[in-house]
Amino acid sequence: MKRGRRAEFWITGPSFGWLLLWFGLPTLAVFLVSFRPADPFGGIGAGWTWATWRSLSNPNYPAIIWRTVWLSVAATALCLLLALPAGYYVARAPRRWRNRLMLLIVIPFWTNFLIRIFAWKVLLHPEGLLKQAGMALGLFTPETQLMYHAGAILLVLVYTYLPFALLPIYAAAERFDYALLEAACDLGSSRLGAFYRVFLPGIRRGLTTAALMVFIPALGSYVIPDLMGGASSEMIGNKIAQRTFVDRNLPHASALSALLSLTVLIPMILILYHRVRGSAPPALRPTETAP
Amino acid sequence: MDDFLVFEGLSKSFGAVQAVAQVSLTVRQGEIFSLLGPSGCGKTTLLRMVAGFETPDTGRILLGGEDITDLPPNRRKVNTIFQNYALFPHLSVRENIAFGRRVARQPRAEIERDVDRMLELIQMEAYADRRPDEISGGQKQRVAVARALINKPRVLLLDEPLAALDLKLRQHMLMELDLIHDEVGITFLYVTHDQGEAMSLSDRIAVMNHGRIEQTGAPAEIYEAPRSSFVAAFIGDTNFFDGVASAQSGADYLRLTIEGFPPVLCYNDKGISVGAPVNLSVRPEKFSLSREEPAADPLRNVVRGQVEDVIYMGAQTKYWVRVEAYRLAVTLQHRRFALDEKPITWNEAVWVSWHADDGFMLERYSEADEELMNTPPEEVGEEWAPEESEGDAAGSPAP
Repeated sequence: MKRGRRAEFWITGPSFGWLLLWFGLPTLAVFLVSFRPADPFGGIGAGWTWATWRSLSNPNYPAIIWRTVWLSVAATALCLLLALPAGYYVARAPRRWRNRLMLLIVIPFWTNFLIRIFAWKVLLHPEGLLKQAGMALGLFTPETQLMYHAGAILLVLVYTYLPFALLPIYAAAERFDYALLEAACDLGSSRLGAFYRVFLPGIRRGLTTAALMVFIPALGSYVIPDLMGGASSEMIGNKIAQRTFVDRNLPHASALSALLSLTVLIPMILILYHRVRGSAPPALRPTETAP
Repeated sequence: MDDFLVFEGLSKSFGAVQAVAQVSLTVRQGEIFSLLGPSGCGKTTLLRMVAGFETPDTGRILLGGEDITDLPPNRRKVNTIFQNYALFPHLSVRENIAFGRRVARQPRAEIERDVDRMLELIQMEAYADRRPDEISGGQKQRVAVARALINKPRVLLLDEPLAALDLKLRQHMLMELDLIHDEVGITFLYVTHDQGEAMSLSDRIAVMNHGRIEQTGAPAEIYEAPRSSFVAAFIGDTNFFDGVASAQSGADYLRLTIEGFPPVLCYNDKGISVGAPVNLSVRPEKFSLSREEPAADPLRNVVRGQVEDVIYMGAQTKYWVRVEAYRLAVTLQHRRFALDEKPITWNEAVWVSWHADDGFMLERYSEADEELMNTPPEEVGEEWAPEESEGDAAGSPAP
């Protein structure tokens, strides 16, 4: 056991060190800067102050934070809803088809992220293809806005992050033992019942990973709301960028960043805590040997 | 209720492969009925049709007089023990056992009471809160049995339930299954490729090959009176002879001409007439070997041969004796061990004899079935066809 512990330290040590150096310390620095006063030239002043954090109570912010959170939650929920059946069917497809199907999901990554978003701008443009088609079919009036509101942001968020939800769900679904679904039906479960009682718990790790993979980057999105949203649909990422580049108020930007980090970290810590307690590997649990 | 579970003309194909061909069977209430056959013979497909996981192309399945052919699995009063048990890994032993009753939304107190009873039946009270990955293979099997039995199925389907266990445990669990059957009295439909399991557990056995039933009967019937060369060779070992019925001998016996043998006497229970070709099967333990010519007996066949191979196995010795074109497999059971007795050994000339009633004339013969038997090579490097791997689920479609 002792040897195992030492090996574990040497194997995991470097990546922990790396994370500490390039993620832990900078995050701490951001937290610290948020307690510094701003100086008029865009730098960081001397001394410590609560002023910046107090200014976050500005009625603008709760609205923006609320919008950021609900957009991220909605994007996560939609991604999971779309990725679940897709992941299930890809995992159940004949083996030689699975990789081809997954390739189709990964192919969009070969196109630059910005170009893909601009493609959406072209599609949703007031004189764009979708608008024209919708008007021809009588679905849209000339006043219908396809872009520059929260709905457009949500659409592109889902579009962008769907593969990140699909990959872990597919990975979990592929390892799932489908005889368990038969067993559930055999024991009286309907097919839908077996899906909820056995399949979802069976891939729950894939589900939580997928949720985190969508939720966290969605919370911090900046480019998508910037390009797809209007002035009234900013997310917190836009505010941080504005404080940094336009207002040149680093402590204020830091306070917003810190707030965002906390909204991500607190649920994550709760989830991790729950995971460790709920399903520790057998080695971490008190063991009795089975005869 | 003699005709409890009835298969009527069931057929099923997967693509070009006919997995089950025109199977008709009747399973009686309360018996342990085994489907026995090599992998790919259709036995698992048949079981999955009863469970509702496969729909037959033609034919019907009746359970207690009711046609269940088109019922979905969850509406059939049958439960399955899966090959690898398929216990739910995210649920404890207790929750696994309660699963079917929870799905049926029965009162909690009633479920708890029955789960406790089941835990007691399988002697697993102390493990109720373990997860499936924290119990041993034999315990998993017991949980799978309890999880099925708590739903009071009319038939319990067992799909190679012992295949995942090692030999010693397999024998133990086999006896446990028998005890559980005695306790609950439910009809068992048991699928296996292991003749030993089927013989020791079953009331009746259906031997299957290439999607068809070769023979149905009690274990002794199948062993002692195999109808086809497949049954004779798949269950135990045997010796095949081909000859021609040459003369009637009294009312009940036939005289056969077999190349290289003196006329062979055989009991004629099949009504075979003179002139017809005959395939004879004689089990190895039915032969006697001796150095001296045995006392004359009109009902015993006697032939001279030479011992080519001997394998001493403790309780028995296996001999391979050359008689003209035939290499007879002979098994001698040891009874008394006398130090001064010199056992028959290599290259000795011996007399082989067997009773006319111990030869069995087959209704169907296929030369391919001789491959099923375990004969020693006559020279080093002789080609040998190893048994198919048992890993792939028998009878299910290729992925």
